[in-house]
Amino acid sequence: MLKDQDRIFKNLYNDLGSDITSSQKRGDWVNTKELTNKGRDWIINEIKNSQLRGRGGAGFPTGLKWSFAPKEIGSRPHYLVINADESEPGTCKDRDLLRFEPHKLIEGCLIASFAVQAHVCYIYIRGEYFIEGQKLQAAIDEAYNKNLIGKNAAGTGWDLDIYIHYGAGAYICGEETALLESIEGKKGQPRLKPPFPALIGLYGCPTIINNVETIAVVPTILRKGSKWFSSLGREKNTGTKIFCISGNVNNPCNVEEEMNISLKELIEVHAGGVIGGWDNLQAVIPGGSSMPLIPKEKCETLTMDFDSLMAEKSGLGTAGVVVINKDQDIIKCMARIARFYKHESCGQCTPCREGTGWMWRMLERMSKGEATRDEVDMLGDVTDQIAGHTICAFGEGSSWPVQGLLRHFKKEIKERNKFDPIVKENKNIPYLVDQHLLDKNA
Amino acid sequence: MSLKKPAKDQPENFEFNSSSLEEAKTIIAKYPEGKQQSAVMALLYIAQRQNDNWIPLAAMKYIAKFLDMPYIKVYEVATFYSMYNLSPVGKYFIQVCTTTPCMIRGANKLVEACKEKISENESELSKDKTCSWMEVECLGACVNAPMMQINDNYYEDLDKEKTLKILESLLNGETPKPGSYRGRINNEPENNRKTLLDLKNA
Repeated sequence: MLKDQDRIFKNLYNDLGSDITSSQKRGDWVNTKELTNKGRDWIINEIKNSQLRGRGGAGFPTGLKWSFAPKEIGSRPHYLVINADESEPGTCKDRDLLRFEPHKLIEGCLIASFAVQAHVCYIYIRGEYFIEGQKLQAAIDEAYNKNLIGKNAAGTGWDLDIYIHYGAGAYICGEETALLESIEGKKGQPRLKPPFPALIGLYGCPTIINNVETIAVVPTILRKGSKWFSSLGREKNTGTKIFCISGNVNNPCNVEEEMNISLKELIEVHAGGVIGGWDNLQAVIPGGSSMPLIPKEKCETLTMDFDSLMAEKSGLGTAGVVVINKDQDIIKCMARIARFYKHESCGQCTPCREGTGWMWRMLERMSKGEATRDEVDMLGDVTDQIAGHTICAFGEGSSWPVQGLLRHFKKEIKERNKFDPIVKENKNIPYLVDQHLLDKNA
Repeated sequence: MSLKKPAKDQPENFEFNSSSLEEAKTIIAKYPEGKQQSAVMALLYIAQRQNDNWIPLAAMKYIAKFLDMPYIKVYEVATFYSMYNLSPVGKYFIQVCTTTPCMIRGANKLVEACKEKISENESELSKDKTCSWMEVECLGACVNAPMMQINDNYYEDLDKEKTLKILESLLNGETPKPGSYRGRINNEPENNRKTLLDLKNA
């Protein structure tokens, strides 16, 4: 288990209070000026050396992302945007950071803004987190009052303004370009990439977008050094991470742990074990709903980091661990996730807009045993036609969980849905038409 | 994508009152000059708050003029995002999360409770016209599942009995205390905390 002194978020459970005085006691804002005095290149290099990877799901190296920002400010200003549109089912880490560690985030914003030369920072919070947003706003006001942000922020000589922008209940706005569209006052529909936001982003200006957790760990990394951070975890998967353990466990909780911790330790030690004992475990979704599930056999030895989960054809994502025990109907669970994606598709690309509905309807029928045997493979076909054929990663995100189900629980689905196709004579069935609908017309 | 339709009965006119107007101006000031369209989401919220928790078409037209942008663009935004109510909802607007992490911890019991106490169908006003409820997608409090949101507040760690009690007090005109209903502190593992113990006991 990670030692307490190596934990970055000491106030994760709000034992100490989130106001500025108690935050300063914990070490926030202590020597911000000294850090920025070492210069932009030093900051970006430290972050690169720490091998910090983005905590929002994709795991892109943060230092590298910052280095994409233009070196000099040209005719267009630079922006920093913080993605706090946390809506991945299974994930609730950013909520606690906004509530209990707002000053880590604000200080991180200042350092990151300095590093990428932005004078304005927008924090995009999902609309449902209204109370959390107000707490963050209170912390921003505190920081303004103490001259920690604003003109000559914290004595660094850098001017920074931080504004909160509330979302309004669209999951897709967690996608970075959709988020930018949303800040611009449009529908949250993702843009084509390239051009990447680092060059053409918010209002057509260079924009760096980072997750809340990524930015909130930055001040601590710079203070304690990149060596310390990269000594935790393993090569390329360094540091600590907040894991959200939900579902069928005895003590669901958020906990900060070292990268590369074993899944079993996470569940057994921190979350108090699976309800009904470890043998009652059915499957685990390791990184929020869009990551493929992992069956029990593999959970024994699984370690939680980006690369080792990738090797299991899944991913760390946002580290929202959803534990599903044998009392649950796994097909129903996945059908509900498919319904989530059907509801949240932005409707821009046809494969995703139509395909998410197909996947949901097919899975609903499969959970009731009303699908034909052929449809099991057909469902796999549908997922392949969505993934990789859309503008943003939503296509992958919606089809991976279904692919995971098919990969590990095909036997269960086939056992429940064993009858032969209803329509046999009519050979001219258009490809991928719902067969049960055809039957009624026949 | 939200599938909400604007209400049939629409008020003729809508205007910001003085406090809304002031709030709107501070919000527009957050964005660069000429980019006032960015404020449309926040202004829709203000209109929703002013107008008993829903947005009439007249408000969209008003906001379009206010921000100097086409009405259809405001309409697009208002219909795209799911948190804008385009038809009247209860004074207490209850949203029950039923996505998988909540579902496997018994969110359907919360839905049952809402059906019993408030109305048989989603988005229908209760008999005394104060409450309405609907199922929503993940609200981002998965370790506190099952949970629901009433107006701005989160009610966590629920079961059917506790939900019935909360709904009962809403119908009596009280606002129940938000937070965990199993008495746990924030997101810590109940009775099983292994980390940062010095701080807890300090």
